[in-house]
Amino acid sequence: MTFDIEYFNLGYLDTLSYKTTFVHRLDPRVKILVSFVFILFVVSMPKYELSALMPFFIYPVFLLTAGEIPFGAVAKKILFISPFAIFIGIFNPLIDTSVIMKPFGVPVTGGWISFLSIIVKFILTVSTALLLIAVTSFPGICEALERLKLPKIFVIQLLFLYRYLFVLLDVALRMIRAREARSFGNRGKEIKTFIRLISVLLVRSVERAERIYQAMLSRGFRGEIRVLKRHRLRYYDILFAIISIGMFYIFRNFPVVNFIGNSLSRISK
Amino acid sequence: MHMADALLSPAVGGAMWAGSLGTIIYCAKKLKEKMDEKMIPLMGVLGAFIFAGQMINFTIPMTGSSGHIGGGMLLAILLGPYAAFLVIASVLMVQALFFADGGLLALGANIWNLGIYPCFIGYPLIYRAIVRKNNAPKLITFATVLSVVIGLQLGALSVVLETKMSGITELPLSTFLLLMQPIHLAVGLIEGFATAGVVIYVRTLRPDIVDDLEGVKSLSAAGSLKKLIMVMAVLAVVTGGALSWFASTHPDGLEWSIEKIYGKPEVPERASPLKESLSKLQEKTAVLPDYSLPSKEEHEGNPAWPAVNPGTSLSGIVGGAMVLGFIFILGIGIKIMRKYRAKT
Repeated sequence: MTFDIEYFNLGYLDTLSYKTTFVHRLDPRVKILVSFVFILFVVSMPKYELSALMPFFIYPVFLLTAGEIPFGAVAKKILFISPFAIFIGIFNPLIDTSVIMKPFGVPVTGGWISFLSIIVKFILTVSTALLLIAVTSFPGICEALERLKLPKIFVIQLLFLYRYLFVLLDVALRMIRAREARSFGNRGKEIKTFIRLISVLLVRSVERAERIYQAMLSRGFRGEIRVLKRHRLRYYDILFAIISIGMFYIFRNFPVVNFIGNSLSRISK
Repeated sequence: MHMADALLSPAVGGAMWAGSLGTIIYCAKKLKEKMDEKMIPLMGVLGAFIFAGQMINFTIPMTGSSGHIGGGMLLAILLGPYAAFLVIASVLMVQALFFADGGLLALGANIWNLGIYPCFIGYPLIYRAIVRKNNAPKLITFATVLSVVIGLQLGALSVVLETKMSGITELPLSTFLLLMQPIHLAVGLIEGFATAGVVIYVRTLRPDIVDDLEGVKSLSAAGSLKKLIMVMAVLAVVTGGALSWFASTHPDGLEWSIEKIYGKPEVPERASPLKESLSKLQEKTAVLPDYSLPSKEEHEGNPAWPAVNPGTSLSGIVGGAMVLGFIFILGIGIKIMRKYRAKT
């Protein structure tokens, strides 16, 4: 059942985020900023650019290896998700059939280049998002959001959402098992049954929220939750930001790849 | 229909982020004005409920495939527009981070596409307008289905426009619309009926959940509507600002490329001039200067290689492979170093 897989993946990414490597210790604000700048630089690359995208792989690879994140954890997710980019991109080779280059005599059309460019951009941006959470932890992200002056109520309910995500997923999992145990094949999956299941889950969730609220009140809740601030901006945070963003800038604005390729062919001659 | 980073240009992605972020701040301010502390755990738990609910699937009638609810409109009906918008934004954020749905830049666009329309059009202007005091199940069903369908149509339209404005796809606008809108009409109808069913059934179990929260779900008539229109106006200006930036680069971009096309001795086979000009336009409108442009101008007389210098492209392929290999080795190096350090 795909549900179990997704569920355990969620918990798995969460466990990964509590390691204490160099990238885990970086200030979450810095990691969010650098990742965002990275994505901006990647998507700003021209449509027919493919080889110049390659140097950008250094950032996700750095997060992956320095953060001790297993390669499979990220690769599997990238393979399975969002057919949307492929769905939109696959029309490019069909429509744009002008030959724009002939490496080694093989004609390559503009459509294929732009399609591959979309796929590479997709891998770069999606792996960065996954790695960001794997090396930062969700509470870390929330802390950063609060210190980046996002509304407090938004951050607090985000923290709540994350806490109760695991609880309610368990409830849903039990309900799915109960349904499967009582029905054969596709029976029990009619929309009528579905509506009742969801409704019961909803009522249970609301009742849980009410109990939580009572418990919070009895522990002195006055409409404010203080978010633990564990991080300070240190000099290597700033160093990390400057070096990474400087590198992205060079990759974007100078023909790094052509330079390496040229010098290589010059040496071989 | 989650947007993906790879389908967005920085300008469009940034404009959508600005709009969504502005709305998040506005909603938080509105909630603070008439704060009910009870709302905080309720919002969080309902956000988690959307995830849990999406794990339960059902068979779509007549097709045999299975689906699940999106839940945007359900949240708007349960929590009111302001709280619901924050919850939808949070759900999408968790999806972007943990399930890699979309990505960080596309998150702004996704919050807009899936949050604004149910919360600020579907709920106040359609659902509330139809269901006032009268809570007859048929009326609720009609109102819910209509608002979900319209919300999803607007969302799908936004996806099309955002992708198109980013200049990523070669799909003509009309084909793209024909692909997206009918699918989302079907999705909207199913989602609408499922949502209506849940609203009606929950009313029989715990009517207070659907009805009693009315006090919190304030969006009463004139005063708030004026503010709503103001917010929309501000957001329109923000989005329009980004658009006009595009528009202002259009004329000279077009002139430039038309000149180039007419100046050419031969038009490359099967490349339509419009497509050519559009792709050049895309390069011109890229946020940062494009280093490969000069080389294209130099070599444009060559018909077999209309755009790219053979030497450049070959060195590009070799260099790209080299860089990838280098990063791969670097990654392995860091890994080995880490293992070595862990042992000692």
